[in-house]
Amino acid sequence: MSGFTIQIDGVEIAAKQGQTIMEAADEAGIYIPRLCDHEGLRHQGGCRVCTVKADGRSVAACTQPASPDLTVENETPHISKLRRDLVGMLFNEGNHLCPICEASGNCELQAMAYRLGMTEPTKFPYLEPCRPLDASHPDIALDTNRCISCGRCVRASQDVDGKGTFGYVGRGIHRHIAANGADLADTDAAVADFAISAEVCPVGCILRKREGFARPIGTRDYDDHLIGHEIEKKRDE
Amino acid sequence: MTQQTQGASGQRHVALICTRYNDDPHRMLDILRDVQDELRCISRDTMRTVADKTGLTEVAVEGVASFYAFLSQDPKGRITIRLCDDIIDRFAGLPQVAEAFEAALGIAVGQTSADGAFSLDYTPCIGMCDQAPSAMINDVVVTGLTPEKVRQIAETLKAGKRPEDLISDRFDDLTPHQRVTRMVENNIRHAGAVLLGPVAEDAGLRKALNRTPAHIIDQIEASGLRGCGGAGFTTGRKWRFAADTKADRRFIICNADEGEPGTFKDRVLLTERPHLLIEGMTIAARAVGAREGILYLRGEYVYLRDLLQEVLAERRARGLLGQDIMGTAGFDFDIRLQIGAGAYICGEEGALISSCEGLPGEPKTRPPYPVTHGYLGYPTVVNNVETFCHAARILDRGAQWFFDMGTEGSHGTKLFSVSGDCINPGVYELPYGLSVRELLVMAGGEDAAAVLVGGPSGTMIARDTFDRKLTFDDLATGGAIVVFSSARNILEIVEYYMSFFVHESCGYCTPCRVGNVFLQRAVAKFRQGLANPADIAYLRDLSATIIETSRCGLGMTSPNPILSTLENFPLVYAAMVKPPKDRLRATFDIQSAISDARVLAKRRSSIYDKDFSK
Repeated sequence: MSGFTIQIDGVEIAAKQGQTIMEAADEAGIYIPRLCDHEGLRHQGGCRVCTVKADGRSVAACTQPASPDLTVENETPHISKLRRDLVGMLFNEGNHLCPICEASGNCELQAMAYRLGMTEPTKFPYLEPCRPLDASHPDIALDTNRCISCGRCVRASQDVDGKGTFGYVGRGIHRHIAANGADLADTDAAVADFAISAEVCPVGCILRKREGFARPIGTRDYDDHLIGHEIEKKRDE
Repeated sequence: MTQQTQGASGQRHVALICTRYNDDPHRMLDILRDVQDELRCISRDTMRTVADKTGLTEVAVEGVASFYAFLSQDPKGRITIRLCDDIIDRFAGLPQVAEAFEAALGIAVGQTSADGAFSLDYTPCIGMCDQAPSAMINDVVVTGLTPEKVRQIAETLKAGKRPEDLISDRFDDLTPHQRVTRMVENNIRHAGAVLLGPVAEDAGLRKALNRTPAHIIDQIEASGLRGCGGAGFTTGRKWRFAADTKADRRFIICNADEGEPGTFKDRVLLTERPHLLIEGMTIAARAVGAREGILYLRGEYVYLRDLLQEVLAERRARGLLGQDIMGTAGFDFDIRLQIGAGAYICGEEGALISSCEGLPGEPKTRPPYPVTHGYLGYPTVVNNVETFCHAARILDRGAQWFFDMGTEGSHGTKLFSVSGDCINPGVYELPYGLSVRELLVMAGGEDAAAVLVGGPSGTMIARDTFDRKLTFDDLATGGAIVVFSSARNILEIVEYYMSFFVHESCGYCTPCRVGNVFLQRAVAKFRQGLANPADIAYLRDLSATIIETSRCGLGMTSPNPILSTLENFPLVYAAMVKPPKDRLRATFDIQSAISDARVLAKRRSSIYDKDFSK
């Protein structure tokens, strides 16, 4: 595997043929914000939060291959503004009421907003979806009003669990995650599935019943650290 | 009707349809289209049966069934009428036509009659802007509609006749070409030297067979031919990339999914030059070493299906498709027809390939590009109908002949679909380099106040820039030229096109899925007189984010109706944000804001409803 270097915000890092910009950055301990991407899952390139400028062209870092001597802009004011817009769109597309959401503090959408410095409401209108709650499964509940269409559950179920519990249905603004059947009870989903685990759903859409607020607010993933901290820690070491 | 699909016999029928396509999941769109045609809806039971037969999950089948506008999970009428809801149709009397249908059938648009006889729906541009208002009635197209014509149509259909009988009493005796031309006018207004003038039959293919594949590609490159679908990629280079990629199989796909509102030039080529198109695809196959081809026909053009099938069959019979084409040992190539099901996004190369593979029409991640990893992962050349036709002519007449027409960087001729407020709407084949003004004079549209070049994803220009040239370097276009007179409301047009993009976004990426909804709402605010001066900056700012972060060409161009009118018609926006005389600016509509609360509280507002005491 031939190696080369790329530059991200002025820092030179090593990269390999076949790696995406994000994979190379992750290895080097540089965090590129992302929501639909998750370690161990196929890249999707859907949320676009990982948009970077590579040699002046805006691309999704999760899917764009690294190439020798590429110059990447990641956390510049311009790129951060784009990301705030995208995160703002995701907030207003769904119903994200942090104070009453089980995921608050562990939520990647919320954490991303903090990292990007979203401190005030945007001009975006609220779309206020009204999708029925799916509580049919004995151990799992699904509130797709909080879904950000990242599709991590789709890929986790398909590729890791080998099940295909979830899929996308509909088109455009009506596109959403659906269970493989009339409802979740109609599927072979199990609470032990990777797709159902806390790390896969970045928001409070897939909920495991009877464990609400098991971890108190104040001790949650992003209460002490910014999102991306795990990756950036590598660089300090 | 529901019993029909949910019962055991219904499911046996569905299973038979799957068998028709060898239970191949890549033929999902064909399977679901046939189910829709024969059982009139795709029920949950159907999805389960199709999933079992094809080895997919039920939700994967639902993903396809729910993506395409012509597939429905609720039962549709035996006769489904789809009214073309383009802005051109609206200006040409669509509201009166829709009203006449509603009155004659006793259902509102969006409904199906209780007896299951009729469904009435709107659908975006069906490629008949030169003869609007128009509609699809099952697989039949009717154009130039008036309320009077609608009453006759409804009467005939209610009397139990088939939609085909609307075209001719002896429809079944007509040839496919006769059927098509009785439904739809060609409206060829100007025939140029390359495509619409006299064309020698298969002369290009004959010459191609005497040349090496490399030589064919050299000639296409030397001609300067660029893709005619809108993006303008150099055709020869595309072919070369595909030819140079090592692979066991290669594919040639023709993109006959012209969905850009206001475009209909491929319709005319498919009707009048189908042999030239297939000839061009066959030459491409020879050049890149492909043995398999797909002609992707947009669902709106299903009325052309029999005509194209006949052409393919005839060419097979004449040894122009199939094995050892024209007696050339080892040159095998055949084409299958893939029909879409109502999705503009499928005109995007990657989405079109996804659709051919039986998936929802979502664009693919680039890189890799289709020329190296296309259909089923094999090198694939995707070209527009017009591009393949040009290629065949270039092989016949030579690269220099083509190169000498047009201007530098934009060689040859181009088909323009002209519609809207002009005397002679139709198709014009002209060399590149003409000004918009010159085209307007030809079309009798000199009084235009605004011209949309390239459809909504193109540019809307005003009178002072009608001297701009129709070339790749100035006003690039896939061919749509939509003319608007000064009687038209620019903001109404812009809002229409934004709702079109909202309807047609695939939803894969955030900015296009959500951002376009926000843009549409912002434009609506302008129209309602509720916008602030700051909203102009908001429109620009949001547009910039969508363009920069979207995953494919749809989102990268969808804000164009707003941006190009902000640029070229700034006063239209400025007039809507002028401060009112009382200096009080309403920025939201209190009546609609409290309408939900009225319903929830089951009473009216003591402050905002003047009739509260009643």
